[in-house]
Amino acid sequence: MSSTVEHDYIGLSERNSSAGGVEGGVLNLKATELRLGLPGSESPHRVEKIGLTLDLLPKSYVSGAKRGFSDANDGGGTWGFAAEGGGSEVNSVKGGGLFSGRGEVAAGGSAGQLSGQGNVGKDLAVKAAGQERKVTPKGCGSVGNDSPVAPAAKAQVVGWPPIRSYRKNTMITNPSKIKDDADGIQGQGCLYVKVSMDGAPYLRKVDLKIYKNYKELSSALEKMFSGFTIGRCDSHGIPGREELSENHLMDLLNGSEYVITYEDKDGDWMLVGDVPWAMFTNSCRRLRIMKGSDAIGLAPRALEKCKNLK
Amino acid sequence: MVGRFRWAAMFPDEVWEHVFSFLTSDADRNAAALVCRNWNRIERRSRKRVFVGNCYSVAPTVAVRLFPEVRAAVIKGKPHFADFNLVPSDWGGGAEAWVEAMAEGWPNLEELRFKRMVVSDDCLDLIARSFKNFKVLSLVSCDGFSTSGLAAIAANCRNLRELNLRESEVEETCLNWISHFPESCTSLVALDIACLEGEVNASILERLISRCSNIMTLRLNHSVPLERLVGLLQRAPQLMDLGTGKFSARHNPQLFSRLESAIAGCKNLRNLSGFWEPGLTYLPAVYSICEGLTSLNLNYATIQNPELVKLISRCKNLRRLLVMDLIEDSGLVAVASSCKLLQELRVFPSDPYDAAEPVSLTEQGLVAVSAGCPMLHSVLYFCRQMTNAALLTVAKNRPNLTCFRLCIIEPRTPDYVTQEPLDTGFSAIVESCKDLRRLSVSGLLTDLVFKSIGASANYLEMLSIAFAGDGDMGLHYILSGCKNLRKLEIRDCPFGDKPLLQNASKLETMRSLWMSSCSVTLGACRQLARAMPRLNVEVINESGRGPLVAQPDNCPVEKLYIYRTIAGPRTDTPQCVWTI
Repeated sequence: MSSTVEHDYIGLSERNSSAGGVEGGVLNLKATELRLGLPGSESPHRVEKIGLTLDLLPKSYVSGAKRGFSDANDGGGTWGFAAEGGGSEVNSVKGGGLFSGRGEVAAGGSAGQLSGQGNVGKDLAVKAAGQERKVTPKGCGSVGNDSPVAPAAKAQVVGWPPIRSYRKNTMITNPSKIKDDADGIQGQGCLYVKVSMDGAPYLRKVDLKIYKNYKELSSALEKMFSGFTIGRCDSHGIPGREELSENHLMDLLNGSEYVITYEDKDGDWMLVGDVPWAMFTNSCRRLRIMKGSDAIGLAPRALEKCKNLK
Repeated sequence: MVGRFRWAAMFPDEVWEHVFSFLTSDADRNAAALVCRNWNRIERRSRKRVFVGNCYSVAPTVAVRLFPEVRAAVIKGKPHFADFNLVPSDWGGGAEAWVEAMAEGWPNLEELRFKRMVVSDDCLDLIARSFKNFKVLSLVSCDGFSTSGLAAIAANCRNLRELNLRESEVEETCLNWISHFPESCTSLVALDIACLEGEVNASILERLISRCSNIMTLRLNHSVPLERLVGLLQRAPQLMDLGTGKFSARHNPQLFSRLESAIAGCKNLRNLSGFWEPGLTYLPAVYSICEGLTSLNLNYATIQNPELVKLISRCKNLRRLLVMDLIEDSGLVAVASSCKLLQELRVFPSDPYDAAEPVSLTEQGLVAVSAGCPMLHSVLYFCRQMTNAALLTVAKNRPNLTCFRLCIIEPRTPDYVTQEPLDTGFSAIVESCKDLRRLSVSGLLTDLVFKSIGASANYLEMLSIAFAGDGDMGLHYILSGCKNLRKLEIRDCPFGDKPLLQNASKLETMRSLWMSSCSVTLGACRQLARAMPRLNVEVINESGRGPLVAQPDNCPVEKLYIYRTIAGPRTDTPQCVWTI
């Protein structure tokens, strides 16, 4: 089924050809990437795209086109084949919800409203998550169906298939299929994670995929829960000795009012910043901003886990 | 009154009221109200339950005035396609006008059920303060409110029996709203908070459940861990309907056996749902009550075979099964042989946007269940391939179908064996299943199928069409047939002005018509609106081309929502919606 058929009558066929095309094995997805940037989360090149597309497309189509496959190029590889690259597909998710008609830009990159509205954005995330699963060797091979990567280029249609946005929302927080095998990482980046802060009367949600490193996450969270200082949690790779000395940690915790902690896949609470960013996004279940003094108990565990990583 | 029945006039009103009290269905009461003016007056003055399928079909103040003794009201708002993001979020469906009118005119209101309405915290607050004997609040697929509003309900509704938030979207502004239920609250019978995304304080919940000895329905959200579920079940062994929280935890044999016995202790359990983030290790903990289950909802549970089938095959008395396509054909074959009492089956897609097919669920599964389950009458089935032959078999096996919704995920998919449209298959369904009330079609379809539907689907009340048909005739067949059609929703079909205008009067016999991405022009809408004053013709154009008044007749209409009403055009339309 050709995507152009569906959208032709809106008169956007010429756009489609560039929007949906697969060029040299790498999907030209930037063209389909239509998002409003959320404060604190947009990257410059996207902003300009937004201006363009909003003029050209009726809003209702925008939602649909935006469901085109998210920008795999950010992942730095051919679409989908790197688990990591696949993860970044969900990037455009956060913008997705904005075209649902609820329109309001959620503050500080938080998907708090998006989660509440659970709309188009979620569609993308599920789709993207789905894409990940599809293209891992396991997924493709088992069916014997040689469907190539190209189907991804097909533009998604708003509201199709007809499943409730609530259901899609749930699928995001529950992306894993239960298979007890080593392939744990495929398709399972944690995407939207809840952020709670001790003392704050509300929960927010952030999409970890929109941040590239701890710094970005940290500043986004700071903006979201403004009025406190978060301990620095930069990490540039496998923690070196100097970053993880006990003294350093204690300094960190004593010096700042709040620190960011996260619950990982095993259910342990860890300090944010201990592990390489990619590993963090893959294993983080949710975030909690707690008082530095409360977090001191985590320090030994954090040290230990990182020792195991070395 | 007719002469022969003058004796009837000798009965005082109370006698008739008493007689009418035995009419339980709305349809029967409506019919009685049409017999004569007296009956009309007596019936409406004594009516206790009112159902408003479209909140804009009547003004709230009018409804409240006409039926002064109402104790239970059901009000529905947005069109069904709002579930799939086709309706702008600010379209309408606000509950304020209704709640305000009800607070004024129905102080004795006990039950309020909203579906697809926008309910604000102010509304909830007003509800909490206005009805002294308020018992049931059900907000299904609603949004616009937060846990602060729920706190107000919890705190003020002293006799609250049921709080149901099924599939609503709730802002979490008040983290401990459950603690607002006073210590004196012991009346809860049903609590469904599965849709909440935030943490629920399990200790407070436990205390609440402990003192509500009549609690029968408890549907938790994903934040409640298994450990806490044990405690809750121990305090409420009389539960009939349970929605678990998170159904996994680290491997812990003690927890497992505690869970197992807590569940086994709930001997009345009939409905089971939840299973958020299910872990295989803990599934067997529910085995003991499987045989008693009549309803099992696994549609959020990403469990695969063989564990999935193992679980379902134990549920020999199942009437209702909701499951993901992870069950696959083989699993459905097992269902067909184990669950002989099955009446309703819904199979949801686990990867709806995947073009590849990691899951082996095809038309075979549907055929198997249609053959093996003689009482099956309601089907919702998402799959990726279908044949006419399969549909013919289903039609032959199950002429008792009342609801058949098939969604082939890829639009316009033909019969994968013959490459033909699925016209013959769906025609067979409508011709064989004479009691069909609800139908959703998909796949490659020409106008022929609509000819069959129009001619044969005499009891059809709701029809959903997407990416189908060749031209105007398709819609014309439907609107000129389908005698009992109430709701018609269409998207992405080449249906235009002619069938609408030709069948204008049909639209007044229906509750509503939705058409989006079809070929309707503004001119036709204008004509229709002029000809039919008791229809609201709402045009939704989100592309912001400027005020509709200025647009020419040939301007295409993106989305169209037409509904009958005695309230006239509504006053709360947003920018993108114009009532012609």
